[in-house]
This record gives sequence, C-alpha cells and structure tokens, in this order.
Amino acid sequence: MTPIRKKRLMLIGLMVGAVGIAVALALTAFNDNLMYFYSPAEITAGKAPADHPIRVGGLVVKGSVARKPDGLTVAFDLTDNKDTIKINYTGILPDLFREGQGIVALGKLNDQGVFVASEVLAKHDENYMPPEVADALKTAHNEGVAQQAAKSIVQ
Amino acid sequence: MIPEIGNFSLIVALSLAILLAVFPLWGSLNNRYRWMRMARPLAVGLFVFMAISFGCLVASFLNDDFSVLYVATNGNSKLPLMYKISAVWGAHEGSLLLWAFLLSGWTLAIAMFSRSLPLQMVARVLSVMAFVAIGFLLFMLITSNPFERIFPAPLEGRDLNPLLQDPGLAIHPPMLYMGYVGFAVAFGFAIAALIGGKLDAAWARWSRPWTTVAWVFLTGGIGLGSWWAYDELGWGGWWFWDPVENASFMPWLVGTALIHSLAVTEKRGAFKSWTVLLAIATFSLSLLGTFLVRSGVLNSVHAFASDPARGVFILVFLCLVVGGSLALYAWRAPSVSSGGTFGLLSRETFLLVNNLLLSVVAAMVLFGTLAPLIYEAMGWGKISVGFPWFNRMFVILTPLLAVAIGVGPMSRWKHNDPKWLFAQLRNALIVTAIIAVISLLPWVNQGHLLVSLGLVLAAWIVASHVENLRLRIRNRRGIQAVWQDLRNGSRSYYGMWLAHIGVAAFIIGITGVTNFEIERDLRMAPGQKAEMAGYEFVFEGVVKSMGPNYEADRGRVSIYQDGEKIGVLEPEKRVYFSQAKPMTEAAIDITWSRDLYVSLGEPLGNGEWALRLYYKPFVRWIWAAAILMALGGLLSVSDRRYRILRRKVSVRIGAEARA
Repeated sequence: MTPIRKKRLMLIGLMVGAVGIAVALALTAFNDNLMYFYSPAEITAGKAPADHPIRVGGLVVKGSVARKPDGLTVAFDLTDNKDTIKINYTGILPDLFREGQGIVALGKLNDQGVFVASEVLAKHDENYMPPEVADALKTAHNEGVAQQAAKSIVQ
Repeated sequence: MIPEIGNFSLIVALSLAILLAVFPLWGSLNNRYRWMRMARPLAVGLFVFMAISFGCLVASFLNDDFSVLYVATNGNSKLPLMYKISAVWGAHEGSLLLWAFLLSGWTLAIAMFSRSLPLQMVARVLSVMAFVAIGFLLFMLITSNPFERIFPAPLEGRDLNPLLQDPGLAIHPPMLYMGYVGFAVAFGFAIAALIGGKLDAAWARWSRPWTTVAWVFLTGGIGLGSWWAYDELGWGGWWFWDPVENASFMPWLVGTALIHSLAVTEKRGAFKSWTVLLAIATFSLSLLGTFLVRSGVLNSVHAFASDPARGVFILVFLCLVVGGSLALYAWRAPSVSSGGTFGLLSRETFLLVNNLLLSVVAAMVLFGTLAPLIYEAMGWGKISVGFPWFNRMFVILTPLLAVAIGVGPMSRWKHNDPKWLFAQLRNALIVTAIIAVISLLPWVNQGHLLVSLGLVLAAWIVASHVENLRLRIRNRRGIQAVWQDLRNGSRSYYGMWLAHIGVAAFIIGITGVTNFEIERDLRMAPGQKAEMAGYEFVFEGVVKSMGPNYEADRGRVSIYQDGEKIGVLEPEKRVYFSQAKPMTEAAIDITWSRDLYVSLGEPLGNGEWALRLYYKPFVRWIWAAAILMALGGLLSVSDRRYRILRRKVSVRIGAEARA
C-alpha cells in the first residue's frame, strides 16, 4: 500500500468512526424523545404510560373549562366522544383555545389519571382540526357504532 | 381580463421554457451554435412572460378582484397596500408563482452576466434551469392555478391570515425563495458540468459567486423568519424545530457545506464529485422544502390523500430531479479524475470535516423531520420528535464544527507541519484556555456547564480569527492593508472572517438565551408589581384601542430598574374585523444584551389579566449572527478576483478551443 493510500484510508477510517459515534449518540437519544399520541379512549383504557411525556388530543368539553380563582391554573375535560379525561394546565392558553374546539396537549399523566399539561396547542383556523384529533374522533365513533351494532344483534 | 392575461402568460412561459430546455441543450451536444445562441433570448422571454403573469396576480389583489379564487381566499379590500402585495405569496398557489417568477429572474441574471462564460456552458445551464421551470409551471397549470375563477364572486375576500400581516413576514418568503431558487443555479452549473464531463476549477469558480449569493438570501430569509416567529407568535421562541423551519434549515446546512467544498474544488481541484453531489443535494432539499411546507404533507400523511393530484405530481417531479441527476452523476462522475492530493493535516482535511459534520447534521434534521411521517405510514403509532432531541444532537455535533472553524483558516492547503500549525495557533489557544478557566468560575456559568462550553467555543473562534488577521497584516503595511484589501483587493478573506465571527456570535446568543432565559406567566391586577431578573414590572391596566383593520385591548406595563423607570411596554390583543380569532401582539424592550418581552394572555375578570413576561439574555445576538454571516457572504461575492479571473479563464478556454 502506498503511503498516500494509507493516509487516505486512515483519514476515512477516522471520519467514519467519528460520524458513527455521533450518529449513534443521537439515535440512542431518539427513542427517549419520541412523544406518542394517545386519544382519551386509549388513556382511559390504560394504554398510555404514566409519568412519561405524551401528547393527547380531542375536543374541549363545553362548559368544562374552570379557572382557579387565584393563579393561572385551568382545568378542563377533553373528549373523543367516547371517553373523557381531565386536564390540568397552569399558564396562558393559546389565542385559539375555545370550548368545543379540537386541541393537542403535551404533558404527563399523574397517579390520579389527570393529565398535567405543560403545553396546550390550538393552532390554525377555527375550521381546522388537528389530524390526530380527527383520527381519534373517527376511531371512537366507528367503535361506538360497532358496539351499538353488536348490542342490537345480542338483543 | 387581467387574470386571463396572467394565465395566458403562464402558458406562453411554459412553451418558452420547453423550447429553452430542449434546443440550446441539443445544440450544445451537437455543436450547433445557432441553437445554443437561442438560449439567451429565450431566457429573456421566459422572464418577461413570468413577470407579466406575476404582475397580473399582484394587480388582481390590488383591484380586489374576488372573482379570482385565490384572491378571494387570501385578499381583502381593507388590507393595507403592503399586505395586499404580500398576500400574493400568502398561500400555496401564489408562492409557487413567486417561486417560478424568481427562477426566471435568476435565469435572466445568468443570461445577462455570463458574457465571459463559454456559450456551451451558458446554453446548458440555462437549459437545466428551464427544465426546473417546466416542472413548476406544469405543477401550477395542472394542479394549483392561481388565476382560477369562482362564480358567483364573493363581495369580500376572506383576508390574509393576520399572523402574516407583519412587515417581517411580508419579505421573509421572497428572501427565502431567492435562496431556494438561487441554489437552482448551483444545480444548473453542476448538471451542465456533468453533461460536459468536465469538472474543473473553472466550473467551480463560475458557480461560486452564484451559490454564495443564494446562500446569503437563504441566511437572511431564515433569520427573518426566526425574528418574525419571536416577534409575532407571542411565545417568545425563536426556533421551534418545526417541520416548516427544518425545511429551510436543511438546504442551508448543505448549502453551507457546498460553499466550502466549492472553495476546495476551485483552489485545489479536489472534492470534485463530492461538490457536484452537494449541489444536487442542496437543490433537492430546497425543492423538498418548498413542496413539503406548502402542500401540508408534514402536518399529516393524509394531506396527500386530500389532494392526490398535487401529491403525485410532487413525488414524480422530485423523483425526476433527484433520480435524473443522480443517474447522470453515476454515469459521468467515475470518469472525473480525483484531483489534487492532500495530507492528513491540511486545510482540505478541515474543510472535509466541515462538510461531513454539516451533512450529518442535515441528515439528522431530515430524519427527525420525516420520522413522524415514516412512523405513521408504517403504522407504528403517531409520534412527534421532541425539541430536546434536536437540541441534543446539535450540542453533540456543533462543538466539533467550532473547533474546525478555528483551525481551518489557519492551516495551509495540501500539507502542514504539525509544529508550525501549533505555533500559529498558540496565542489563540492561550486566550481560549484563560477564558475556559474564567468560564468555569461559579459566578460566570452559574452552574451550567453548557455555558462554559459555549463561551469556550466562541472564544476559540474569535481568538483564532483575530490572531489570523494579525498574522495576515503583520507582514504587510499593518492596518492600512485591510483598507487596501477592502477597497480593491481580496474581500473574500474578510467575508470568511466576518461570517465565522457570526458563528461565534450565534453560539453566544444560543448559550445565553437557552441557559439564562426566564419565563413567567402571571395573574396581575392593575397596579400590581412583579420582579424578574432584577427588573420590576408594573402592570397599569388595559385600554381599548383601534387599528386600521382591527380592534385591540392594549395593556400597559412600566419597567423599573433600581427604582428608575427604563421603559413602558404596550402589548396588545387584537381582533381583526375579518376574523373571529384574537391575535397576540407582544411588546419588547431591547438592548444589546437582553430583551424584556411582555405579552397579554386573557382577561380574568375584575380588570385582572394573565400576563406572560420573558427575560431573554443575548437573544439579539442570534439575528446579529445571521446578519454577520449574510454580510460576510456579500463581501466575498464582491471580491474582484471573481470578475478578473473569470475573464482570464474564458480567454484561456477560448484559446484552447481555437488551438
């Protein structure tokens, strides 16, 4: 092997090694930073992990938004028209947050099954439904229809 | 009538683009000068008809012609003039038209400013650009025509999204697009060089200034976008790792690599194949960015299904561009000689490190951006990739880049004696070591090790560049040499210098704002006080006020420091007449070292309001960094060397052709 070849090989080896390490580091962190999306029905069914950052989405139940008299903590219910969960959030809600509107919240489930949100997202215009929420509603609806059908057959 | 003219011009432009794509290229392969000479007039024609078409859409907005669907959905008769114009690129169809118009502008620029280039090269570059134009024009005419009419015409338009009614965002998309489209020129040169099978230093030299100009626009566009998000969205964030932002950041990263790699190709004749590959990648990512952002695919895979024609067209077009150019590359690149050799410790190596790191970062960002799409398509669940992941990846990879930035400009091409290089860097190392010790003091880094890291990296970049400049002017007439250089000498060195200092400023900005920022959401009654970071905020209540096309609640917050009043901030909550939803308009008190940022939340009854207060140290440095980098780019483009050498090269090539 000529010295130039040898040098080149060394250079390539060093770089591949360094890049490999960096990529490996980044990728191991990848799974820890994934936030899965759950619907209220899935959370009620106990499918979501407690105390791990996740996202939930659904419609804000009308008449459920209550602000504590002091401070900035808000409590509201979130539904996919099948099941409903309770959400607590401390801070300023986005401009487009409204009862009956589809939202996505980021946060963790606590021991009591209350979702403690660190961030509430209600982007886009009033006709817009976050795609995950639309999906969750559709799934819940289909299941409901199927259950009704099953019931009516049993009866 | 005007929209019909616009539509007709689009069709004429398409025909001209087809002619431009076919005949000059064909002529260049068969040495038919007459066909090649068609390239320039056709490019002018393409530009003229694109300009007419674009002008027609602008005119439709100015005339409030709501019989045009696009104007009806994005315009409004009450919009201020500036936003009537910026509404043209406020949504999908219009931004495509802007893209194609700018592309024809760049094409014209090449046709005009390439007198010194061989005709064959010009013909090929213009043909390649025309191919891209065909793609965009077809896309518009088939799936997203901005001139489509509706009947019956509504009396009033649905108005431009209020978020977009901001001077920053009026010029942000054109800047960004100038960058995206500018990389089409680099792409054009690369493909033209591949077609000719001649990747030489001359090709790199022609391509360099164009690429740098495109990069300057992209840098400015991204900086503006970040500033707009911070200013307008009311969350006080300057970067969200949002897919839309990533889409513009990826071409920037690869484009930055391309600029550096072009330097090696020009100066040393090395990295040729790699440079071509980068040029292809940069433009492909620009295309990907444009399409993904506007088509809404990134929000959900389902966006594809909602308008299959667009989705399919985009996929086919991307496959043609990427696949076609890669096929050409595979066919032609092996015949390219590998060019100059270099030692392990050489400037080439450090530039290679730069290229590698930037490409890896871009690949990571691409992965993080597309991962949710992949997961959803594979049925692995719906995910989003968290902020922390992108940040962590960045913190791992950028320090290596910062180290290389310090060494690279100091080293010589080809080969360096390790002892010599160390001697060159000794002063910079000493300064950095001192800063490192200081930065580890508890009252400096306040317990954040990342602060020390940031300070050390910034110090290293600044120290090595100051030392570099000192060594450069030591052997000449001192500081006068700088002026001489700037007046008529090599400005590109100072461009590089400035842009690298920009990187240091960027590191300081990020370090300061991510480690020391304070955010507080408060419930405040009129007259109530709040302390934050040594400042006292006094909420003085909210009054109603009227704007040209909105009504607002305007809050008043006085700021005191050491008992002295230093400013009054008036954040607003606006309701635009044409929209039901409110908009938050933050108010910011700015100094070079920190921002105080106040935005209004919601009324809580009894005159009490929810308020959001931010203390953002060094946040301005981030945008200052973007400005420094852009200025650096401009400075190096204005280097006289390009103009002179270009002439010389063409003479030489002309001589060869005759011989």
